[in-house]
Amino acid sequence: MERALDPRSLAEKPLAVERHAALVVVGAGPAGVAAATAAARAGLSVRLLDEHPLDPELMAMDIPLHFGQRMAPRVRDRGAMLERVVHANPALEAAAEAGVELELGVSVWGAFRPSATARALPGPVLGVADQRRSWLCGYDRLVIAAGARDVAVGFRGWEKAGTMGAAGALTLLERYRALAARRLVVLGSGPLGLAVAAAALAQGIEVLAVVDVAPDVRGDPGARGALERAGVAFHVRHAVEACGARDELEAVRLLPLDGELRPVPGGGRELPCDTLCLALGLVPSVELLQILGCRLVFRPERGGFVPELDAAGRTSLPDVFAAGDCAGVDERAIADPSGAVAAGRRAGLAAAASLGVPGAAARAADEPPAPARAGAPPPAVHAYWRQWLQASLAASGWDVLACQCEEVTRAELVGVQPPRYLGVPPPTMRARSLGSLRQDGPVHPDQVKRLTRAGMGPCQGRRCREQVALLLAEASRIPVAAVPLASYRPPVRPLPLSVLWPHDEPAAMREHWVSWFGIPTQFAPHWAGALAAPPADPDGPAVAPGE
Amino acid sequence: MTPIVRPGTGASVVVVGGGVTGLSAAWWLARAGVDVLVLEQGIVGWEASGRNGGGATHVYSPLGLEEQRLWPQMDGLLGYPTEYQPERIKVALSEDQLALYRQNAAIAAARGFRTEPLDRAQLRALVPLVGDSAIGGLHLRFGGHANPQRTVQAYAWAFQDLGGRILQHTRATGFRTTGGRVEQVETDRGPVGADAVVLAAGLHTEALAAALGVAIPLAPARVEMICTEPVPLMPIGGVDGNGLYGRQTRRGNLVYGGGPHEWLDPADLATAERPATPLLRNLGRRLAELFPGAAHVRLIRSWAGIVENTPDGLPVLDRLTDPANVVVATMSSVGFGLSPASGKAISELVLHGRCRFADLGALRLGRFAETPPDWRARLGWLPVGASAPVAR
Repeated sequence: MERALDPRSLAEKPLAVERHAALVVVGAGPAGVAAATAAARAGLSVRLLDEHPLDPELMAMDIPLHFGQRMAPRVRDRGAMLERVVHANPALEAAAEAGVELELGVSVWGAFRPSATARALPGPVLGVADQRRSWLCGYDRLVIAAGARDVAVGFRGWEKAGTMGAAGALTLLERYRALAARRLVVLGSGPLGLAVAAAALAQGIEVLAVVDVAPDVRGDPGARGALERAGVAFHVRHAVEACGARDELEAVRLLPLDGELRPVPGGGRELPCDTLCLALGLVPSVELLQILGCRLVFRPERGGFVPELDAAGRTSLPDVFAAGDCAGVDERAIADPSGAVAAGRRAGLAAAASLGVPGAAARAADEPPAPARAGAPPPAVHAYWRQWLQASLAASGWDVLACQCEEVTRAELVGVQPPRYLGVPPPTMRARSLGSLRQDGPVHPDQVKRLTRAGMGPCQGRRCREQVALLLAEASRIPVAAVPLASYRPPVRPLPLSVLWPHDEPAAMREHWVSWFGIPTQFAPHWAGALAAPPADPDGPAVAPGE
Repeated sequence: MTPIVRPGTGASVVVVGGGVTGLSAAWWLARAGVDVLVLEQGIVGWEASGRNGGGATHVYSPLGLEEQRLWPQMDGLLGYPTEYQPERIKVALSEDQLALYRQNAAIAAARGFRTEPLDRAQLRALVPLVGDSAIGGLHLRFGGHANPQRTVQAYAWAFQDLGGRILQHTRATGFRTTGGRVEQVETDRGPVGADAVVLAAGLHTEALAAALGVAIPLAPARVEMICTEPVPLMPIGGVDGNGLYGRQTRRGNLVYGGGPHEWLDPADLATAERPATPLLRNLGRRLAELFPGAAHVRLIRSWAGIVENTPDGLPVLDRLTDPANVVVATMSSVGFGLSPASGKAISELVLHGRCRFADLGALRLGRFAETPPDWRARLGWLPVGASAPVAR
């Protein structure tokens, strides 16, 4: 006998997929623009999405980069910012000429694909939104070129407004021309830190100093010399604390370190400044890749977890490619995007070739393979981040915030203690710790997150993920490589309910909506007959007994 | 897999499944002085037990009275915080819903629990986020909600404090049975001896019972939840309506679920994927309709979990006759809130062969003796396009 499918299930409630493109490219940095342009020139229909200019409210939440409340008020002028973002990215013009459909100022907040446990999806789709509404966009092939984000290794006072990240600073400097900093101190003397210092100087910002825990300046001596000539001081083998009477940064305290990264007693002095820029490195933005289920591997010399890619940039999912910084960061390439451009072109052409676009395979074959970079391999950044953490632990201890959103200290994190608003924990709870949790087996950061709330706030763990992993490794005495990647969850941009609101909801969704399965007997009183029959219309709307 | 389980390792009672039901049962047994070992294939509470709405208001259930008696004591009994908060409010956006809530009130009254109808103004005072669309509501002076993840861990820790042992990352694969009794639970890390077994493995319960030659009809389904950024605390966090269940956390987040589920094929459960889908938009819309005052609030995450349902949606809590030393437990997708009572009931089934505080007659496995093998198809509880292969 043919029976109907459960009307209250997801069956027969088709998702409205508003847009579609043969190739969707996420991110209009060097890799994304190159991928889109190459694929469009090969004859593919291409949609290129980029979230700049950003919603200023997201910037204020340090999303997607650590902007540290140092956006100038003019970021609210969307028209002007759109102009600047386009002006700062001349390759966009060539992309448009090649026929790429450009969508700027839209964020990709989710990526979904059919799988064994989600068969109702009609095909792979992206969740996309602008400041007013959201929609779904289907694709045949996807190139993710989402770039990299800031890494923070905190110190006492790093939650004060004015502490920001290098990617946030460079974005405000070079794309928006809207960095509201007067006196800047840069933490980290690698290529990234020196680039931030130079870019800030070029816009008339006073750069007081570059500070590093390392015994030597890590970046190029030429770049260092130029900065020194411009009056920038270099303080190596120093840790820092942020000072300020209230929530605003007013000064940085420099703490000289000995060879074991311990503070030298009696040392330390304050340097008045309004902005501290953490330029310790960058983390590949793998949110969408992880949510899609692309295989990720830990590569400390590429900034952490990166997608496993073949020579063409294809991930473990045959229809998803990755290129540029989200596939792995090399800080030394910050001034030279040619590697990202080449990777983007390879991925765009490979995507076109995989869709049978005539000639694309030949063009892809003509692309030079990724060049081996001259000189030493990139450093393993986590070892360097660990030095910052160890120095800060030695200087300021464990009573320093690890998670700003949820106000979780380092001590509370590794003590797996509940949030303070639950009151003083009982002695049994206080006796628990990461150590006791580890006796039950390897600890997953998601588990620690749920117990402590570190990483559960509105910034979605962007400011604390790496230091949480470093702290878990430090307290457990395990290599950070052994700490699994904490899960990302959609929406990977925190969006208002009113924006996510689906205007294209199928009628059946509303008609058959139930709070919980709608099985007529599930919530019926067990003392049958004591009352009138349970809900007369189990299909009716809003049966809400299932809490 | 590391074979850390020494041959001969075992316990008086081996609980298969470190979810909220299995851990509660283990804790109650340990309180009675029993030597218990819990086998968990991943981390405690990793599946549906840690992904639900945290509701604790199920007075229609045979376990409902004990649920209500126990929840206010749980933090003290466990020695760890559960974030339990008493009382609930139901918001009506239509006359139909108000009528339904009057039925709920009657059910509660029949068990001796107090409810108060709320007019528009009273509702507004208690739930400032509702808008003009809310016409009234019901204030439940019983029930409540707790934090699922914190509660699961609290059971686990309280159980360990009583000497109980938990083997995480240890998957039960089968059983060795002699003379009508299970003697050993086989795991991917070696066999574990047992005098008695509690099978509380959630969506894996059907397959594990089948290994014992016992048929428990269960249909797995994926359901989703959403969570917003924190908003100012409402006087009562447990607020439902508009087809949503959920709560405001003590931190202020609005955590809600509801809407269409997706039936799954049991053969697909091997995958670890628990994907959220664009359904988060529909859930978000429902939440904004329930709380117009929160329409501007940002959604910061969503997740999915897999639950299992019996054909009538009611739990199976039963001691088998063959093998005679096994208690099977599935809560049929409504397990978290009832866990203080379900674990206690299971412990009594193990120790006494029957539950002394509640009549579990309605929850016997025998009621499905005549259930045909194609029952899922007959109910239409089938995956979408199950025949089409899907890339993994």
